[in-house]
Amino acid sequence: MDKLAFVMVGHVDHGKSTLIGRLLYDTGSLPPDKLEEIKLASREQGKDVEFAYVMDHLEEERSRNITIDTAQTFFRTKRREYVIIDAPGHKEFLKNMITGASQAEAAVLIVDADEGIQEQTQRHAVIISLLGLDQVIVVANKMDLINFSEERFMDLTAKLEVFLKKIDIHPTFVIPISAKKGDNVSNKSGKMPWYDGVTFLQALDSFKNLPSSVEKPFRFPVQDAYEVGEKKILVGRVEAGKVRLGDEIVFLPSQQGARIKTIEVFLDDGRRTAEAGESIGLTIEPDEDIKRGEVASRPADTPPVSNRFKASIFWMSPQPLDINEKLLFRCATEEAPAKIEKIEERIDSSTLEVLEEDASKLEDTEVGEVIISTENPVVVESFYKTRELGRFVIVRNNDVVAGGIIAHAIIGQ
Amino acid sequence: MDKLSELESKSIYIIREAYYQFKDIAVLWSIGKDSTTLMWLCRKAFFGTLPFPAMHIDTSYKFPQMYRFRDKYAKKWGLKLLIARNEEALAAGMGPDQGEKLACCNALKTDALKQAIDRWHFKALLLGIRRDEHGIRAKERYFSPRDQSFKWDYENQPPELWDQYKSRAEDEEHIRVHPLLHWTELDIWTYIKRENIPITELYFAQDGKRYRSIGCAPCCAPVPSTADTIDKVIEELKTTTTSERAGRAQDKESVTTMQKLRALGYM
Repeated sequence: MDKLAFVMVGHVDHGKSTLIGRLLYDTGSLPPDKLEEIKLASREQGKDVEFAYVMDHLEEERSRNITIDTAQTFFRTKRREYVIIDAPGHKEFLKNMITGASQAEAAVLIVDADEGIQEQTQRHAVIISLLGLDQVIVVANKMDLINFSEERFMDLTAKLEVFLKKIDIHPTFVIPISAKKGDNVSNKSGKMPWYDGVTFLQALDSFKNLPSSVEKPFRFPVQDAYEVGEKKILVGRVEAGKVRLGDEIVFLPSQQGARIKTIEVFLDDGRRTAEAGESIGLTIEPDEDIKRGEVASRPADTPPVSNRFKASIFWMSPQPLDINEKLLFRCATEEAPAKIEKIEERIDSSTLEVLEEDASKLEDTEVGEVIISTENPVVVESFYKTRELGRFVIVRNNDVVAGGIIAHAIIGQ
Repeated sequence: MDKLSELESKSIYIIREAYYQFKDIAVLWSIGKDSTTLMWLCRKAFFGTLPFPAMHIDTSYKFPQMYRFRDKYAKKWGLKLLIARNEEALAAGMGPDQGEKLACCNALKTDALKQAIDRWHFKALLLGIRRDEHGIRAKERYFSPRDQSFKWDYENQPPELWDQYKSRAEDEEHIRVHPLLHWTELDIWTYIKRENIPITELYFAQDGKRYRSIGCAPCCAPVPSTADTIDKVIEELKTTTTSERAGRAQDKESVTTMQKLRALGYM
């Protein structure tokens, strides 16, 4: 059966965890002992059955009625298996939201139909767009609070579309629901005769798995080199394309050429091919010393090598970024000392307002259009060509403080 | 690539990443189905021979079948096996019948692990926990730092994106690495079948009962089941309505026991 991971995003208290709990409950995915536990916990906290407890497992989450950290749960429909990623809606937990969203193939944006679009509704939509998640369903929750009003729903939909269009998000469905009461989640609601669209559950089944990178040019970032018996094996994951015994390859940035002698997979002797997604080993001739961080490709279609490039980054540390401070750049298995040489635009990730041009700082939750320079040349590609080599993180003092996407042309090769 | 191969490939990538970043590393082997699957994946990652030890946290209360299984496969797979026991607490008579179960788990598992880390100076440990086992585990990261007192700072976990993991531990820290985090119970069993991974017989039904999750014998209850083969276990899991850890005592005392255990450093 297929498996698809989607993330639930939106403003705090708009009902992300509740919708997940409801979905699991309606589809019979909650074991009776789990349901008992939730009832018990709800009683301990002095509340009616709280569907959000299915996801909010930390004591503090339950007492404060908020989600602090991202969590994942699983459920199955006739069509396939789902991994649901719950993301916190507070601005202060944005890094947890990004952690969750980075593992998803699609997103559900939830908006409180009564409260309307709020700060994190927009911020989360912007992050989703930056991460390249282009499959989005919008749900207008808490329709029960506005008497299932068509007019209010249409008004909200119109406002949402204006904002989403700006960030190039085109939702496949906008669905009026009540997670708490169960309307249009897995069962069609009798209270909104004006709505003849799909239920949330039907809409989920329309998501598609991300296309595999098998048809793209071959890319193999070296993860490590092992000595096994007499063999020197380069291990790593094929990030894109396919590879065959005897293929001529070149390692970058070192420009070392070689030919593939064997493809090594334990308990699978005589392997002749491998493809994107597989963790494998390679032996090569000549048997040169190749280090972690080198990227193998075919000589006819090599990725660019550069020490200066443009990127969009999102900052997720309470300590701001200072231009030119010492940082570490990590992309696939590559690592290089780096600095942000120029912040062309400092952007508010919720309003998309350009706060400053040619800035010298980037604050927590802000997005920056920047130029990065690395101490030594690295292999990077546009995210839209090879996503695995087009996304990176920035590390400072041992902590991941930013994520980024290389969307623009690389400067100087 | 099929789903199981994808799961496998990601886990192997994480195991190799952990070994690259931390040479002072061990894999925790509880002899259960998950950590035995993890052992299998480690063997695959390193082409048959683990370059680091496997550690068994032995409370002395495990099922006899588990000890037999451990010794057989430690030998067969050529493992460097470390056995960690809190001898002091055992000598003082600590056991599941001595009052609160929480205290017993803490002394015989968590403290035994602390002693082992002090003794062998591990900077990282591979563990076979999965997100679908328990809500609190659903909040875990693949690479999760723990301080000296083992505290899990679950309110302030590091961001983790695109297979970029926390790569260094501070002096007083170690990193828990969870290569199986994204697997479900059903995935584990389908993979065990595909790979023909040996597994202790406790998981298969005898006299109408089987263990779905194993640990210490006094604290594990079998569930009613007629599944006496892997195929039947897989069929059973597709339709079951009880959760995996329903037979585990430490999950029962209070809805927040597991959180308390994990915050104190429980696996």
